[in-house]
Amino acid sequence: MASSAKPQRPTYYEELIQKGYSRRDFMKFTTMIAAYLGLESSGVAQITEALMTKSRLPVIWLHFQECTCCSESFIRSSHPIVADIILDKISLDYTETLMAASGHQAEAAMHKTMTDYPGEYVLCVEGSVPVDADGAYCCIGGKSAVDILQEAAAGAKAIIAWGSCACNGCVQAAKPNPTGATPIHKLVKGKPIIKVPGCPPIGEVMAGVLVHVVTFGRIPELDRIGRPKAFYSKRVHDSCYRRPFYDAGLFVESFDDENARKGYCLYKVGCKGPTTYNACGVTKWNNGTSYPIQSGHGCIGCSEENFWDNGPFYRRLSSFPGFGIESTADKIGTIAAGVTAAGIAAHAIGTNIMKKKIIQSHIQEGRSGAKELDIEK
Amino acid sequence: MKNKVLRRVYVWERPVRLYHWLNALVIVALCITGYLIGAPLAIQSNAEASHSYWFGIVRFIHFLAAYLFFFNFIFRIYWGFVGNKYANWKNFVPTSKAFFKEMWDVIRIDIFLKRNREHLAVGHNALAGFIYFLTFIAFAIQCLTGGGLYAAMSDGWLPALFAWVPGVFGNDQTLRMVHHITMWFFIVFAIIHVYLVFYHDFVEGRGEMSSMGGGWKFIEEEVFHKHKA
Repeated sequence: MASSAKPQRPTYYEELIQKGYSRRDFMKFTTMIAAYLGLESSGVAQITEALMTKSRLPVIWLHFQECTCCSESFIRSSHPIVADIILDKISLDYTETLMAASGHQAEAAMHKTMTDYPGEYVLCVEGSVPVDADGAYCCIGGKSAVDILQEAAAGAKAIIAWGSCACNGCVQAAKPNPTGATPIHKLVKGKPIIKVPGCPPIGEVMAGVLVHVVTFGRIPELDRIGRPKAFYSKRVHDSCYRRPFYDAGLFVESFDDENARKGYCLYKVGCKGPTTYNACGVTKWNNGTSYPIQSGHGCIGCSEENFWDNGPFYRRLSSFPGFGIESTADKIGTIAAGVTAAGIAAHAIGTNIMKKKIIQSHIQEGRSGAKELDIEK
Repeated sequence: MKNKVLRRVYVWERPVRLYHWLNALVIVALCITGYLIGAPLAIQSNAEASHSYWFGIVRFIHFLAAYLFFFNFIFRIYWGFVGNKYANWKNFVPTSKAFFKEMWDVIRIDIFLKRNREHLAVGHNALAGFIYFLTFIAFAIQCLTGGGLYAAMSDGWLPALFAWVPGVFGNDQTLRMVHHITMWFFIVFAIIHVYLVFYHDFVEGRGEMSSMGGGWKFIEEEVFHKHKA
């Protein structure tokens, strides 16, 4: 590869064949991804054609305040081609976690991608960006995360915000958010941003989003807050296999009771499935092996904004802000109703004292009326 | 002593009365089912899930009552523009200095119980009107948050109108929390409301309680002429 000229890149298919995959493996992969994307069967041909004719998409993958669970999830998605074709050295021009280069070489690789493919590369961001203290809380190669993001975003075709960190700040943005951790969409304006929340997002979902961008040359259809509709339009609750127990009103009361053994609904022990939009119930995790609810633990709502402050995880009702960790709306409401009842009792007694004259005159007037009626009889 | 002569005044028109009682019924249903949805009863049962559906029915009643509540609310807003002067929206929204003055009078006389004084209003007194204005805001909050929560599980055009709401709150859990807290506003409101109806009936003796039945209140002849002037 000549370093001066823009390299002629092989197609995805060519790269795969070179890596030793058969055409059969390749077709399995395109079929699987089409299914995950919810495409009709003609979509398989579209994806196949796109990956056979298009040269690979230049990708810059930045890591800021994060734990790399997104990358880990991605390389463990169910088909090995996902990791090989998209995340391996073939596709990634720059990613701190997996690239071979380091130090100045790595910085040079990133800049080369930015200057060789302006307006063409996809910027993937994993992690939130701390903005407090002039961004000093996260610096790479002597530059702050804010500056790196702005520089990389300027020439990007689109931005993919991987995981809850990049989408909504995740745990590091929990109150009091000491570093000013900020999600990507609040820092970058005027670029299409795909939010793929989750801690981490499901590997197949990540692969599906990237393949969609490659195949159709545009970003997938997004919902109102920027998540791909194909994966985030339904709540975990809607596709949960324990849903019939919910409708039947059969709930686990505690994790060690008989109901838990029977696999009843985890709603009362804090499952956030009814308020969480994700594909866990359908796609599941680790090659479709399981997902939290299937393993007997409620959903914690990791793909939802603010899930860390909407706890506790093991109670249905969130804590009431400003009243201590154990206060729920029901406790406060009950107290308010009690105070109201006491106030009314006091007011009723007060009324009989303070309005005595008026009340007495009504009573007298009423009695005299009644008496007159008796006389007339 | 002199006996009072009372004049009959038609205060609450039939649509207002129907609105009131339908509203009372559905709010009770919504609070009970809503509370159960938030904190379901622990039922120990050996029945298979396929044989029972009680939680589904509780939710169904909640959604059905919510539809009635919503349309009833819309109707009341409409009636605030076409109904009689006691139903008019101006009874609820503080628009003049006199409105605030009357509110203050009611607070002194009826809340802090000024000795042997009465505040005699024919329709809503200003403070009651303003509290109803707050309940209308609470109605709107419940319609918006409830509709927003419901939108994700429905294909109907009406719930779809509320699909933007979760985006405003950022997540459904917060939305749910707001919906839940507002329920307590209704519970506290209902306690005070029913008590104050008793209070006015007892202290003023003008048929406050029955007025929501027949629509009539009974005004003392001299007060009647004072209002007329």
